[in-house]
Amino acid sequence: MTAPHDGLEPWPPRSHFPAHEPVSESAVHIKTEHLEVSYHGRPALEHVNLILRRGAITALIGPSGCGKSSLLMSLNRLTDIIPGCRVSGTLQIDRLDVLAPDTDLLHLRRTVGMVFQKPAVFPFSIRKNLELPLREHGIRDRPVLSATIEQGLRQVGLWDEVKDRLDHPAQALSGGQQQRLCLARALVLSPEILLLDEPCSALDPISSGIVEDLIAGLRGRYTIVIVTHNLAQARRLADHVAFFWAFGGIGRLVEQGPARDMFESPKEALTAAYLSGIRG
Amino acid sequence: MDMVIRPLGKRIREKVATLVVWTAAATVIVPFCWMMSDVLWNGWPHLTLEFLVSPPLDAGRDGGIGPILVSTLLIVGICLAVAIPLGIGSALFLSEFTRQQHRLGRLVRISLDVLAGVPSIVFGLFGNALFCQILGLGFSILSGGLTLACMVLPILIRTVEESFRAVSFDQRLAAAALGFSHHTTIRSVLFPAALPGVVVGTILGLGRAMAETAALIFTSGYVDRMPSSLMDSGRALAVHIYDLAMNVPGGNANAYAGALMLISLLLIINLSASRIAARWTPSYRVPA
Repeated sequence: MTAPHDGLEPWPPRSHFPAHEPVSESAVHIKTEHLEVSYHGRPALEHVNLILRRGAITALIGPSGCGKSSLLMSLNRLTDIIPGCRVSGTLQIDRLDVLAPDTDLLHLRRTVGMVFQKPAVFPFSIRKNLELPLREHGIRDRPVLSATIEQGLRQVGLWDEVKDRLDHPAQALSGGQQQRLCLARALVLSPEILLLDEPCSALDPISSGIVEDLIAGLRGRYTIVIVTHNLAQARRLADHVAFFWAFGGIGRLVEQGPARDMFESPKEALTAAYLSGIRG
Repeated sequence: MDMVIRPLGKRIREKVATLVVWTAAATVIVPFCWMMSDVLWNGWPHLTLEFLVSPPLDAGRDGGIGPILVSTLLIVGICLAVAIPLGIGSALFLSEFTRQQHRLGRLVRISLDVLAGVPSIVFGLFGNALFCQILGLGFSILSGGLTLACMVLPILIRTVEESFRAVSFDQRLAAAALGFSHHTTIRSVLFPAALPGVVVGTILGLGRAMAETAALIFTSGYVDRMPSSLMDSGRALAVHIYDLAMNVPGGNANAYAGALMLISLLLIINLSASRIAARWTPSYRVPA
C-alpha cells in the first residue's frame, strides 16, 4: 500500500493504471478505455478505464476539479458544445462508439438523459418544458404527448402537485420541484442511462431527500451515474463507486469497485484517506 | 442606536454631504419637470382631435398635423420592419455563430459601437447619397425609413446580442442534453428568454427614430402633404416641430402641441411595449 501523498506528484506512476475488474460482458453498459478530456490542449482527466454496470447506480466521488463532471459530460458528448474541449480514447455504450464523429447525437442524447446541479428549467410552462423534448424527438400526437407527460410527472411524484397548473410557468415552482421536473423531462424520453451531476447539492435538505429517494426508486430500471460530494449520499445510493483524484491538476481514476468494499475496505490508501475525511 | 455623540465637525460634514447629494438630484429633476410642464402648459390647449387629423395650413401656423402623423408612422414603420429582422439576425450571428474572440465578430462589434456614436446628420447625408441618389429613391418616406433603420441598427443589434448572451450556459447545456438541435435551441430556448431584451432594444431604437430630425431632412424631405405612396416625400413630426419653432414666425403654439404629441406617442409606445413583453414571457412574472 502506498502512503498518502501530497497530491502534486503523479501517482500512481504513469505506467500503472487501474485495470478493469472482471465483469461479465452482458453486465457492462458503458466502458471507457484511456479516456482523456482536455480543455484548450490541457488535460483535465486522463487514462480513465471505467466500467459502468447495467441497471446499477454508480457514484463518481472525489474532490472538486478531479474531472468527474468532465467525464459525465463526455458520456453524452455534451463536451462538444464546450469551447476548446476535446475527448479522446475509447468510450462505448453497448456496441455504440460514442466518440465516433458520425455518432447520431439526437439518438445518443435520447438514450442518455442528464440532470444538472442547478435545475435548468426553461422559461415557459410546466407542460411545454416536457412537451418540447418529446416533439424534438418526433412525438407529435396530442393524446400520446399528454399521456407521456402525465406518466413522467407521476414518476417523479409531481403530478398531484402540479396537475391543475400545467400551464403555469415552470420557474414559479420551488427549487426541489424544478429539479424533479428536470428529472421528469429526462425520463419522458425513456433513456437507458441517467447522468446526474450533483442533483441534490443546490436543494434544501427536505427537497434533497425527496430527490434522493426518487433516484433510489429508479434503481434497476436505468443505469445511473451520479456525481456527488455528499459521501453519506453516495453510501446510501450507490451500488458501485469510482473514486477520482487530481494529480498535479489532472484528474485520474484511483479506484473503483462495489460500494461496500470501497467504503469498508478500500484497496488504496488515498481512497481510505478521502473517505475517512483525512484528505480532500 | 449608538449612544456616541459625534463631534460637531463631523456632523456638519455629514449635513453638507447630504445637501450636495440632494442638490445634484434636484439639478437633474428640475429641468426635466420644467420642460415637461412647459410643453404641457403651452401645448395642451391646442392639442385637439381636430388638430390631430387636419392638414397644416399657412406653413403650419394654422391647421393640424394629420399628414405629418401619417408620414411619421410610415417612416418609423419602415424603419422597424427593416431593422428588427436584420437586427435580430445580426445579433444571432454575433452571439451564436461567432465566438467572442473571433476576429470577424470583433470587427463587426467594433464597427457597430462606432456607428452607434455617429451623429445623425452624418446618417442623413449617407442616406441621401445612397438611397435618394444612388438607388434613385429620391426624397421619399422609403428613403427616410431606410436611413433611420441604418441609424437604429447598431444600438438594436448590440442590445439584442447582449440579451442572447445573457441566456445562461446552464440552459444551453440542458437544451443540448435533451438532444435539441442548434436550431431548436435558438427558436425555443434562446428566443423566448431573450425576448425582453429584443423589446428593450426595439424601444430604444424606436425612441431614437421617432425623435429624429437631422437624418430625415435630407432623406424624407419637407413636404407636409398627405403622402399617397411610400415614394412620396413626407414630413416627420420632429422635422415639423423644428420647422415651426425655427423658421415659421408665429408657429410656436402648434410647435408646442406637436411636441406634446411626440412625447405622448413615445410614452404610449414605451408602456405598451413593456406590457406586451410581460405578457409574452409569463416566467418573468413574480410567482403568486
